[in-house]
Amino acid sequence: MAGMAGRMSTVVKAKISKLLDRAEDPGETLDYSYTKQLESLQQVKKGIADVVTAKKRLGMQAQKLEQSVVKLDTQARQALAAGNEELARTALERKQLAQTELQGLDQQVAELQAQQEKLTESEKRLRGKIEAFRTKKEVIKAQYSAADAQVRISEAATGVGEEMADVGLAMQRAVDKTEDMKARASAVEELEAAGTFEDLTMLGEGKDDIDRELAELGAGGAVDDEMAKLKAELGSGSAKPKGELGAGEQA
Amino acid sequence: MIVRIMGEGQYRLSDGVVERVNELDNAAVSAVSGDNEDGFHEAFEEMLQLIRAEGEHVADDEIENSDVIVPPADTSFREATADFSGDGLIPD
Repeated sequence: MAGMAGRMSTVVKAKISKLLDRAEDPGETLDYSYTKQLESLQQVKKGIADVVTAKKRLGMQAQKLEQSVVKLDTQARQALAAGNEELARTALERKQLAQTELQGLDQQVAELQAQQEKLTESEKRLRGKIEAFRTKKEVIKAQYSAADAQVRISEAATGVGEEMADVGLAMQRAVDKTEDMKARASAVEELEAAGTFEDLTMLGEGKDDIDRELAELGAGGAVDDEMAKLKAELGSGSAKPKGELGAGEQA
Repeated sequence: MIVRIMGEGQYRLSDGVVERVNELDNAAVSAVSGDNEDGFHEAFEEMLQLIRAEGEHVADDEIENSDVIVPPADTSFREATADFSGDGLIPD
């Protein structure tokens, strides 16, 4: 079994020789090769656009999560100040979860950014080669006999074909990564849809599915730490009477 | 000799550099056959850096066929097993 590099050169050579076998007129082969090259350049542009779209989607999710983190933090403080420790704990648990998701998203946005830059570089290289091919094909058409032209066409077409195959593989890798991230983005969207990062005061009292899920996620230790910190900040919160949550409560 | 690092473009290497690349190629092959993942990454990384540092970039508008194709920098150990076997990338 050939590896990536081996497979690539085999594919390029096979494709080019097939192309040359089929054509009777060198001029036609050249024009056909050029058309194929332009098509492949379009594919790369589309691939880059897909990465950009995925990146934007993740970026928007990250923004929403950032807002949720701020909101949940405020709510935890309000709840604790009002002496409702249980609600404060739930808010902190959700904040932890939102922060974890946020970290993952930020990392993925950065990774997609790197992919985008790499593909853009590849696109530039391929564009350069195709442009050179366009010039070369006119020279070959004008200056060489059919037999001579065949060799030169083969060289030029294989050279550009190699770049095309390289870009093709880079795109495939980018697409695979983007698909993984789309799956992750959907998972976060599901959490959002389930109301995980929603305004806590809108949820009413009592345990719901999300609370149970959160408990299973085991954010416990971090939540305990943060709870202690909050209590310290607010002065002994538990000393205050258990009272209303303040604005927004709809229990 | 013209070497392509997949995803990065082509480099023109002098014979002396090719020799050093070949040594690292062989080191990568023996690391792969010895199931030594760290050893592979070390040799492979060094090979890429050598090519990038010592090679002369082939211009975008220059159409050249590569003599050797090197898999992309993010190649995993599992992916490497096929390319880095036998003689490796550069036949000895």
